Amino acid sequence: MHELTPITALGGAEPRFDTVGDTGLWENPGLALASVHARVGHEKACRKHLATLLEADAPGPGKCHLHDPEAAFWMGPDQWMVGAPYDSHEDLAAQLSTRFGDTASVTEQSDAWAVFDLKGDVVPVMELLCPINIRAMQTGDAQRTSIHHLGCFVLRRDPASHLRILGPRASATSLHHALLTAMKAAL
Amino acid sequence: MIINHPLLGPRDSAEFVYMGDASLIERPDPDAEDAAELFHDYAYLRENPAGELRELWFHEGGDRSWLVVTRNTVTHEISKVELARDVARNKGRST
Amino acid sequence: MSQINRLNGGQIDRARALRFTFDGKSYAGHQGDTLASALLANGVRLMGRSFKYHRPRGPLTADSSEPNALVELRNGARQEPNTRATTIELFDGLDANSQNRWPSLKFDVMAVNDAASNFLTAGFYYKTFMWPAAFWEKLYEPIIRKAAGLGSLSMTADADEYDKGFRHCDLLVIGAGPAGLMAALTAGRAGKEVILADEDFAMGGRLLTEQEEVGGTSALDWTVQMVAELSSLPNVRLMPRTTVIGAFDHGIYGAVERVSDHLATPDAGKPRQILWRIYSQHTLLCAGALERPIAFDHNDRPGVMLASAMRSYVNRWAATPAQKVAVFTSCDDGHRTARDLNAAGVKIAAVVDTRADAPSSMDYEVLAGAQVTQTKGRLGLTFAQVRLADGSERTLECGALGITGGWNPNVHLTCHQRGRPAWDADLNAFVPGQDLPPGMSVAGAATGAFSTHAALSQGADSAAKALGVKAADVPEAQDAPTGQSAFWYVEGCSRAWLDQQNDVTVKDVKLSHQEGFRSVEHLKRYTTLGMATDQGKTSNMGGLAIMAELAGKAIPEVGTTIFRPPYTPTAIGTLAGRMRGMEFHPTRLTPSHFWAKERGAVFVEVGNWLRAQWFPIEGETHWRQSVDREVSQTRASVGVCDCTTLGKIDVQGVDAATFLNKIYCNPFVKVPVGKVRYGLMLREDGIAMDDGTAARLAEDHFVVTTTTANAGKVYQHMEFVRQCLMPDEDVQLISTTEAWAQYAVAGPNSRALLQKIVDAPTDLSNEGFPFMACANITVCGGLRARLFRISFSGELAYEIAVPARYGDALMRRLMDEGEEFGVVPYGTEALGVMRIEKGHAAGNELNGTTTALNLGMGGMVSVKKDSIGSVLSRRDGLNEDGALNLIGVKPVNAEDKITAGGHLMNETGPVDASHDQGYVTSAAYSPELGSMVGLAFLNSGKDRLGERMRLVSPVTQSEVLVEVASAHFVDPEGGRQRA
Repeated sequence: MHELTPITALGGAEPRFDTVGDTGLWENPGLALASVHARVGHEKACRKHLATLLEADAPGPGKCHLHDPEAAFWMGPDQWMVGAPYDSHEDLAAQLSTRFGDTASVTEQSDAWAVFDLKGDVVPVMELLCPINIRAMQTGDAQRTSIHHLGCFVLRRDPASHLRILGPRASATSLHHALLTAMKAAL
Repeated sequence: MIINHPLLGPRDSAEFVYMGDASLIERPDPDAEDAAELFHDYAYLRENPAGELRELWFHEGGDRSWLVVTRNTVTHEISKVELARDVARNKGRST
Repeated sequence: MSQINRLNGGQIDRARALRFTFDGKSYAGHQGDTLASALLANGVRLMGRSFKYHRPRGPLTADSSEPNALVELRNGARQEPNTRATTIELFDGLDANSQNRWPSLKFDVMAVNDAASNFLTAGFYYKTFMWPAAFWEKLYEPIIRKAAGLGSLSMTADADEYDKGFRHCDLLVIGAGPAGLMAALTAGRAGKEVILADEDFAMGGRLLTEQEEVGGTSALDWTVQMVAELSSLPNVRLMPRTTVIGAFDHGIYGAVERVSDHLATPDAGKPRQILWRIYSQHTLLCAGALERPIAFDHNDRPGVMLASAMRSYVNRWAATPAQKVAVFTSCDDGHRTARDLNAAGVKIAAVVDTRADAPSSMDYEVLAGAQVTQTKGRLGLTFAQVRLADGSERTLECGALGITGGWNPNVHLTCHQRGRPAWDADLNAFVPGQDLPPGMSVAGAATGAFSTHAALSQGADSAAKALGVKAADVPEAQDAPTGQSAFWYVEGCSRAWLDQQNDVTVKDVKLSHQEGFRSVEHLKRYTTLGMATDQGKTSNMGGLAIMAELAGKAIPEVGTTIFRPPYTPTAIGTLAGRMRGMEFHPTRLTPSHFWAKERGAVFVEVGNWLRAQWFPIEGETHWRQSVDREVSQTRASVGVCDCTTLGKIDVQGVDAATFLNKIYCNPFVKVPVGKVRYGLMLREDGIAMDDGTAARLAEDHFVVTTTTANAGKVYQHMEFVRQCLMPDEDVQLISTTEAWAQYAVAGPNSRALLQKIVDAPTDLSNEGFPFMACANITVCGGLRARLFRISFSGELAYEIAVPARYGDALMRRLMDEGEEFGVVPYGTEALGVMRIEKGHAAGNELNGTTTALNLGMGGMVSVKKDSIGSVLSRRDGLNEDGALNLIGVKPVNAEDKITAGGHLMNETGPVDASHDQGYVTSAAYSPELGSMVGLAFLNSGKDRLGERMRLVSPVTQSEVLVEVASAHFVDPEGGRQRA
């Protein structure tokens, strides 16, 4: 094992946790991520690999598939983000590369994103943050949207009062500030 | 405005970046004899109709698709939205 | 004096007394009052001064269309001018001041304007301040600016916070009167997502202010029941205190929710207001109607108000404007006011009805066929002069006069997408036209259906029709005929106010007509009718009717002006939301940010990024000391710089090389795996767009870098080329900018330093890892990393990248391991100095006007392949003799300053634009040369090395003798970076 100690996206040794009322906001550094983009002409094979991995069909536009240890959400046409626990899957991109072979381009994305889990009264908070129809979002929905000018993914997990928000890692501090400010304003 | 994304459904135009006339898909043949003329027109000349216009919009805050949006520049009515990649393929850009 | 005009009843909480001050004087009111109702209850009718003539004014209305009763609310940083007393919800400790008066509201010096009104008529500004033109800026404008404007600003930053929010619904109902409530009920019971917004703090609209029955109970009780039912439905969201300010494209509505305006200060963390963007499938406008006044001489005295407003004050707020009132009406509506006030115990001096067949009353005198011609009273109404049907005169003693000329449907939001209202001849009013914003329909009084029954049933039916659901059952309600005549002004009047906020009189409209400004748009601009903060809600119709009469046309022939967003004035802070100060845009932090902050770095904003600019150490008092040290030590030994901010795009696929061949002007197909190549990207017009490097990590895998500033734009461009120009090529793109912490390690000891952290078997020797090599390696005992041997400084240099979470640790490790070499961290300034010394182009040179030829890279544009911009880069105009070339300049006298932006002139001859030879793009002090150096574009520059020129800067009034040199001041042969 190498000798370097990681810091979280917010710059701490430990992830940050905040609450407003009964609603909590967790910084979550425990997610390994890799994008999988089907190669032209290999779309079917790529989906098949993904289906095997997820034990379900590859998620369609605006959807995610929650599954252990690997889960995935749709990013764009023939493109998905696969996530898994960082502790066990730090080499997720390498693993997927091997699995998908020539059928997909795989890119490590673990540290491209800061991940926050918002649990509790999520609707009024999200209404102050992004234009997606948060009330209509169901468990298993995944939308890319803009939060205070930051391109973010919002995943509605199970139970529905749990949202996972992925935002650009370099802007983690700004995103966290926006989330916490909205929690204080809305709750 | 609301752009009805072919894959993602209605989305706020604030999620998009605008690039204007979709004729940019029709990049001229660089080996044509009059390539310089053709590229001049391609780079600089645009129709500016008061009415329907096919435009390029990039879903930067979404799935990163380029879309061809048919929009009435007077009423802002959007009558058609296509994936630009499909439009390009249909125009035989892949050759 | 304690609430002398407070009556019994009303919808105020008498158990809750609230103290407030107006113009420094303390008063008491109750929970549920507005500032206007509380002042009236306290016997205060005078609330403001008019804009131009500074005439004393009281409230005309009881709602947001108020033109007169504008006050400065609160004090200190929260002071807000032009706030309508009629809509301010009273709170304990409220502090308001009248405005546009000096020294006091009762004695206003500027009221002299009123005496001079013959000179200050419409068009006064245009006629008086015409010449000389030079006087505008120095004389006229300052005077006008001082005299003009209503309230004053606090001149300090707004202390409040504002939010923006987003909501979606199947049906947006605007206005919670009878039509709105029935619409929301219909949609809500059908399970649709409903938003019901009303600008008032209580829902019910006119049902809150009318004495009538709905569904066998009082209108108020029925309203309370309906609101309770709606509140219980999870799919219905009630938004009181929310003004829908604009109808935008495709069902998007803007709405301002006043979250905290009814509190002394917002609760901690809570916004003052929220600007909602509401996405609706359907919208039902139930905005009701606005009562229209009648113009007569001196109809603007405090105490003269709309009859419906008078009724509202009495019925809802139990506040009468005076103990004895009169009513002037041209329709039945005025009689309702008299009836209700009489029932509340207020004395009715008389009802003056213009109609000969006016209904009579057992309770008070009705003067049929009569007109009010004049009023009296210094700071408030005391007498109304009446011309009776037989022509005789009569004086009515009264403290208030309710006036009504009927109602105008409130069509404001129907016009926001250029919809034009249509004239309804039966109603003598404009009603919503056919060209409504798509998805909008209108119900209730806003359509001209003025009876309660019509509003209730239209609300239910319109919602049912829009959504395809069953209409809710409509309760019994009054359905009286609602005819109204076209009675706009009293014959013979002149100083009769139409627009009370902008002081436009009947006489002004006549003058406008007389001088030829006869179209509606000209009338508006000449007289300023309807151009005040109320957008002429109570005045436009009157002005239009008079112009039509003068022109001998029907009103619809004269036309109408249309309304624009916002419906009511909106604070700039609301539009800004949270995007203020440091939150104007998100901040991006580099992986070494927290470490750099500990180290005392000075930061600079580069786009959204915060980058370390330099790292001062103890004893350094000037930034140049730090920067010179960082440059010298890097060139002497080794320095480390965080260059994570450069855009990084992962390009994969079988056709990745073909793709890069298209977007870069130089060839890429033959770049071997394990090598990096510099690439220049052109725009299609042949101008340079961006530059960077592409590292080939595998046959089908490149990592492309872009400049920091252009990362987003280049990615977008690459997606365009991929999707639109090469749709079937096998290429996949994704940004990895933030995923990797990337550091430049530069200087002669960079190899020795990196040797200490790379794992075996990585061979860093010049043979094992030559200039422009790249590889996936591991460092520090197994951490995956990427190593590139590229140099921006001109020194032996590498860039090393590790996953971002380890960036902080890697930086600390490099500093520790580098201690033996005296390693320095360097910031963007030193980075800039070294690239200028080395003659590398950056943003200043890739400035959107320069070509590959200008940049000295003309030879790079491959003629053997097609790439974006290659065809147009070859056109004659970009390839003429004497074109600009990138060169270096250094001062002849080493002490002299090179100024970026300065222009180059020949050593002798005139200094002017026609003799311009070129310009300096970048300049820095070079520790290596001991003088400043600059990069410049110079006509035929490559042929002029050694020539002396004058560098002039008219902005800084400097002129310096410089020598033209190669841009490569340091190590021009490139030996160091290849060492």
